[in-house]
Amino acid sequence: MLIDHPLLGPRDAQEFVVLGDAGLIDRPDRQAGDAARRFHEYLHLRNNPAGEHRELWFHEQGDRSWLVVTRDTLTHEILRVELARDVAVARGRDR
Amino acid sequence: MRYSVLQILRQGLTGNRGWKPVWREPDPKPHYDIVIVGGGGHGLATAYYLAAVHGLTDVAVLEKGWLGSGNVGRNTTIVRSNYLLPGNQPFYELSMRLWEGLEQELNYNAMVSQRGIINLYHSDAQRDAAARRGNAMILSGADAVLLGRDALREKCPFLDFDNERFPIMGGLWQPRGGTVRHDAVAWGYARGADRRGVDLIQNCEVTGFDIANGVCRGVETSCGAIRANRVAVCVAGSSGRVMGHAGLRLPIESHVLQAFVTEGLKPAIPGVITFGAGHFYVSQSDKGGLVFGGDIDGYNTYAQRGNLPTLEDVCEGGMAVMPMIGRARVLRIWGGLVDMSMDGSPFIDRTPVEGLYFNGGWNYGGFKATPASGYCYAHLIATGAPHPVATGMRLDRFERGAPIDEKGAGAQPNLH
Repeated sequence: MLIDHPLLGPRDAQEFVVLGDAGLIDRPDRQAGDAARRFHEYLHLRNNPAGEHRELWFHEQGDRSWLVVTRDTLTHEILRVELARDVAVARGRDR
Repeated sequence: MRYSVLQILRQGLTGNRGWKPVWREPDPKPHYDIVIVGGGGHGLATAYYLAAVHGLTDVAVLEKGWLGSGNVGRNTTIVRSNYLLPGNQPFYELSMRLWEGLEQELNYNAMVSQRGIINLYHSDAQRDAAARRGNAMILSGADAVLLGRDALREKCPFLDFDNERFPIMGGLWQPRGGTVRHDAVAWGYARGADRRGVDLIQNCEVTGFDIANGVCRGVETSCGAIRANRVAVCVAGSSGRVMGHAGLRLPIESHVLQAFVTEGLKPAIPGVITFGAGHFYVSQSDKGGLVFGGDIDGYNTYAQRGNLPTLEDVCEGGMAVMPMIGRARVLRIWGGLVDMSMDGSPFIDRTPVEGLYFNGGWNYGGFKATPASGYCYAHLIATGAPHPVATGMRLDRFERGAPIDEKGAGAQPNLH
């Protein structure tokens, strides 16, 4: 698989480590009343679709940036690559 | 028809005209007591034990493709019971005992070959862990022998004992482990279930569940609606997709595990050998090919095929442990979809939907578990209570903080 890095251009997926579902960006509020349930869902009940999936990849053998890669789990086709930082900021996180 | 030497002689002398198809191909009835979704090893074993142990024969097995077309025919055929934790080891030891009597019980040749499995260790700490694991195995009634370097060298002189990075100090040997002809397991259970009256329905895909007021009353399928008192899902690899139809989210991700076979070689490798410092396991089939594998690719996928970097990684592991295989040529590569659960252990449980049962999350280890999985799942469905060796394999165990964390690594979906 080739991952089209937004800063570096196409890079071999072998340079990356995959962490999984990009939902891990949305860490629950630890002070919420139902924090235990929300952390259980955050940690254990991850998205597992047959088709388009957004997931976190870390460019370990490269510039060490985190990416959000949108990939088709039926064909391995990579549809979109964003910097995870941009995604996190757009979702209201400060970094 | 009962298979025996006498039967072979009789059929051979009469032109082999008397052999019958091994199972019927019935049309589905509109209603069953129990519908099993998934006609792989575990589903067929469940149907067999429901009929054979609990006398429940108003059962249908629904299979999307053909019987045994999924993971039961895509694994590396290894059977073993060398686990550590109380939530796992007694279950796998029950499985091993069922393997040992399987062919006589089913009257079917599954080529159960207890040629032994050796897990290598490469450091003092690993040796201590192997000794502890061996003791846990013996406590559960299994067998385990801790081999030192010399004893191991006698069995496997071809290993790279003096590897600079990972010298081999010995291995934990389970003599009763080994390999089984995987397709024959599916066929044997299918034949046994069919003979007891279970309907095996192929080319019938489940597309939804008939759920009202929190009670499951049947399934929607590509061959029409089928009503059932109890529905038992058993589709490891596609669990997320199928249970999604029932609106359930599972602590499971779908990944691909690749396996490899070389050209046929003369007998060289005595049993199953696993590398303790990387991830590589190998056995030699009766035809002579080396059957080996290693890590999953690591990303979520439903594609049943992996990528080449994993092949390279697995072969590097093989070269580190037994350089003699370096010139063997790989003939075939394939991938199977595995349910990776968040602690590397499986589920055999009811679901929040009444009348709907779930079996899945088998990670790397589904094949060896086939008999016990079917046995315990049948026990749960028939009696409503989990089998004593499978009480920890609950769907809510993460929420309760009671994972069966064999590796001690916390929640991540790449354990085994």
